Amino acid sequence: MESTVGQFPPYREPEAHHAHQEHRHEHHNPGFLSSYVFSTDHKIIGIQYGLTALFFLLFGFFLMILMRWQIAHPGQPVPFIGPLLEKILGSTMAGNGAISPELYNSFGAMHGTIMVFLGVVPLAFAAFGNYVVPLMIGAPDMVFPRVNMASYQAYFLGGIVMFVSFFIPGGAAQAGWTSYSPLATTIPTHGQAFWLIGMVLLITSSLLGAVNFIGTIIQLRAPGMTWMRLPWFVWAQFVTAFLLLLAFPPLEAAGVMQLMDNLAHTSFFLPTGLAIGGKLASVSGGGSPLLWQHLFWFLGHPEVYVLILPAMGTVCEIIANNTRKPIWGYKSLVYSVLTIGFLSFIVWAHHMYMTGMGTKISAFFQTTTMIISIPSVIILTCLFISLWGGSIRFNTPMLFALAFLPMFGIGGLTGLPLGFNVSDVYLHDTYYVIAHFHYVVAPGTIFGLFAGIYYWYPKMTGRKMNEFWGRVHFWGSFVFMNLVFMPMFAQGMKGMLRRMADGGANYSAARVPGAIDTLPSSIMELHTWILWAAVALGIAQIPFIINLFWSIKHGEKVGDNPWQSTTLEWQTPTPPPHGNFAAPPRIYRGPYEYSVPGHDTDFTPQNEPDAPAPAIVPKMSPVPVAH
Amino acid sequence: MSELNNSEPHDASLASESQSHEHPVDFQNYLRRCIYIFISILCAVSLMIWASYLPHEHFSWAVKVTIILAVACCNAFVVAGFLMHLISEKKMIYTVLSFTVFFFAGLLGLTVWAMQDFPAGTTH
Amino acid sequence: MDIPYTVQPRPETGLYNAKVGIWLFLASEVMLFGGLFSGYVLLRVGADRWPHGWLNVTLGTANTIILALSAITTLLAWVACKVGHFGKFRFFHACTLLLALSFLGIKSYEYHDKWIHYEIKLNDGTFADGHLVEKSDDFDLANKTGTFTIHGRIVTDENDLYDLRSQKNIQLKEIIVAAADIKSIENYGPWHNTYLALYFTLTGLHALHILGGSIVIGYLWGPGRRMWKTDHQRFTNRIEVSGLFWHFVDLVWIFLFPVLYLT
Repeated sequence: MESTVGQFPPYREPEAHHAHQEHRHEHHNPGFLSSYVFSTDHKIIGIQYGLTALFFLLFGFFLMILMRWQIAHPGQPVPFIGPLLEKILGSTMAGNGAISPELYNSFGAMHGTIMVFLGVVPLAFAAFGNYVVPLMIGAPDMVFPRVNMASYQAYFLGGIVMFVSFFIPGGAAQAGWTSYSPLATTIPTHGQAFWLIGMVLLITSSLLGAVNFIGTIIQLRAPGMTWMRLPWFVWAQFVTAFLLLLAFPPLEAAGVMQLMDNLAHTSFFLPTGLAIGGKLASVSGGGSPLLWQHLFWFLGHPEVYVLILPAMGTVCEIIANNTRKPIWGYKSLVYSVLTIGFLSFIVWAHHMYMTGMGTKISAFFQTTTMIISIPSVIILTCLFISLWGGSIRFNTPMLFALAFLPMFGIGGLTGLPLGFNVSDVYLHDTYYVIAHFHYVVAPGTIFGLFAGIYYWYPKMTGRKMNEFWGRVHFWGSFVFMNLVFMPMFAQGMKGMLRRMADGGANYSAARVPGAIDTLPSSIMELHTWILWAAVALGIAQIPFIINLFWSIKHGEKVGDNPWQSTTLEWQTPTPPPHGNFAAPPRIYRGPYEYSVPGHDTDFTPQNEPDAPAPAIVPKMSPVPVAH
Repeated sequence: MSELNNSEPHDASLASESQSHEHPVDFQNYLRRCIYIFISILCAVSLMIWASYLPHEHFSWAVKVTIILAVACCNAFVVAGFLMHLISEKKMIYTVLSFTVFFFAGLLGLTVWAMQDFPAGTTH
Repeated sequence: MDIPYTVQPRPETGLYNAKVGIWLFLASEVMLFGGLFSGYVLLRVGADRWPHGWLNVTLGTANTIILALSAITTLLAWVACKVGHFGKFRFFHACTLLLALSFLGIKSYEYHDKWIHYEIKLNDGTFADGHLVEKSDDFDLANKTGTFTIHGRIVTDENDLYDLRSQKNIQLKEIIVAAADIKSIENYGPWHNTYLALYFTLTGLHALHILGGSIVIGYLWGPGRRMWKTDHQRFTNRIEVSGLFWHFVDLVWIFLFPVLYLT
């Protein structure tokens, strides 16, 4: 089986097939660089994305640990790492090995940026999507393989730019992952420009990826793979790709404008009369800081659905597989995800309730925000109901998938007071918000992604990850994630604000005794608990990291379809070869034909033909049968 | 979304625009159509320039901008419809573009509305 | 297994892959320029004063006609491919590339014109405004030495520099300004006001798209034309798809020209 999905370079022209076959025996062995670094194969690119994203997730986690230390022990040198920090970042940023407020701010901004744009989205969308989607729909590869490679390279470059920004004088971006003007333009560091350039590269990567995903799902479905026979994972990735395609460009436009503000001294977002350090800034003025916020959040809101939808898709596949029954409400799931995609473009200003918007516009956004919670609840409900009457197998992927449901439930429900204008007035910019969105992304999305890694690992490597250490990883992560984030709801409701480098010490009852509504010691003491929970959470990831690499060579060997799944990616050899299928597979049924009555096995793969017609009985001469 | 239908009838005549090589394409015919399109573009440009130089004592900038943008939209329709043959394009493309236009309208409209709607007395 | 529908359309959609890809990409470009245009609308509606007539309408019109013509030649290049006239294709796309080059040339001249246009705040509260003729060798603002010669005019009210359309018979002459009289001096770059910021950013991004499109079309006209011999249908599709991008770039200019030059 020869594929014209050639390695780069050069892309082989699709010569007439007979001429092509003459060259088959001359096909050279692509070297290491062609096969693994400059590959155009969606599976290799998926793994590249996955490993890079996991590295950035770890790095972002590390930044968070440093921040939690600072919050619990403001101004005190960081143990073990302190001297190293001072040596690398200098004594202005990390004097004495303690984290300065500027360094804390840059950790905060970069933790958010790295986790969202370099960690979760590349893992959820690009890594899993790239590896699984073409296999699930019966395609030989993504529709534009070289564009696929270019999108990874743009992501990689963007990651380098972001990473390098820590080491420039002045430090990395420090104006939050939201990079609000005028702060983002007036901070005296080029880190903001690095951030913007990094973002432009990451946005380019996402746009190219989105074009690829949508094009592939529209054009390359195998014969018989109709839209309503697609696994719901593919639907989720399809909508995610549309969100990226149409919501990212306004942020790119805004990024270009903020870059002009930073480097060319324009005033797109700088208002007239702006004063810095007590002096009138020498800018032309006339700009609008709110314009940046609108353009940022126009992406920012669809972005959160980009974060959650692929994980929901993964969880859906794993639940169907491990309950051995079809998913309840497939049609509802499809219409809900389409509705979420559509509505997510017109809810963004619920992130801007505190910017002085009037009652009419606030009411509009509040209404659309409430409406969009309905399809989210429908999706979660369908997944919950799917468990009913199932024959549940509690393997590691299923544990993570099951935990996703209540964790996302908590995250989603705690979003409601934030969606209402009136309650958001109190809760905006407090730790309540941090707790809410971390619940959706951390025990939410990331659990879905862990589930996916344990689930699809056997298809990539031919071996299962170790089940015992998988459970250790699960329970450790589950317990400590909750211990880290649950207290933050209390802290937020008591009024503790975000992005405070001293952990709120300046507003504490200890610092200002007798003042009204200071942060009591019960709230401040939670910092220490959260720090220890975060450290324990980090330790709980160690078995996972070891397991991931150890199982490549030593994991339990399994066949092509160890989970007895119905979907197409399990009906290929392991790992799937270049071009995936020898010939286009033919699809005969929907994606979740588990426990179909009357069938020998409790699952029927999508490409298994219907039972052949009964054989024609050969003619026999009539023989009288004795009764 | 419309793609939920299992299949669409393969429309042979539409394929002539870009796919089928056997269908004869008359170069002279295309050349003539292109000249008409170019002339209509020239007319639109002249109209916009004329509108922009209307005396400002009688026509406010708001009125002039409206006229100019309306003509620009017609011009854009000609380019998109005929030069990009969007007029004979497939349903899939229309669907994507109509969602895009809706979201752009939302971005522009809701942002302008947000800037105009604020509690009285909170800005100077 | 080969990737299907690279040349033949998928029956269900009636489209070949690259066409789906380019329209999706163009949808994202609509949102990109849409974001910038939204910024323009917002900043202009919220501005106290807005310049009129700061750009040369003749040059802008010339560029509009050049780009429209290039859109026509792009379409005809594709039609030539469809009917199999390789020579005609090369002719029309050569025209496209020359027209693109002219567009960029005129654009550069316009940018340069703004670059050497100065607004000088004088110590007596008036404003000298015009194009740079000569800077004396010893011109130093900090030490207040030397002279700065412009071809322009002096106004007392800065607002007079904004609406050039409503002013008739503006007289320009050579003015020598001594450094000692200058309070501050700034040229008409993107930092000067939001209108120029938008002008440079919008037309700059647009020019980058012209450049990118020219490189792609140039590649297909030049080294990439080998595919005409090996797979002419796929080559024709490439011409069509790159043509669609080029038409989109023309479409953006159809809105940029009136919005920046005429209003």
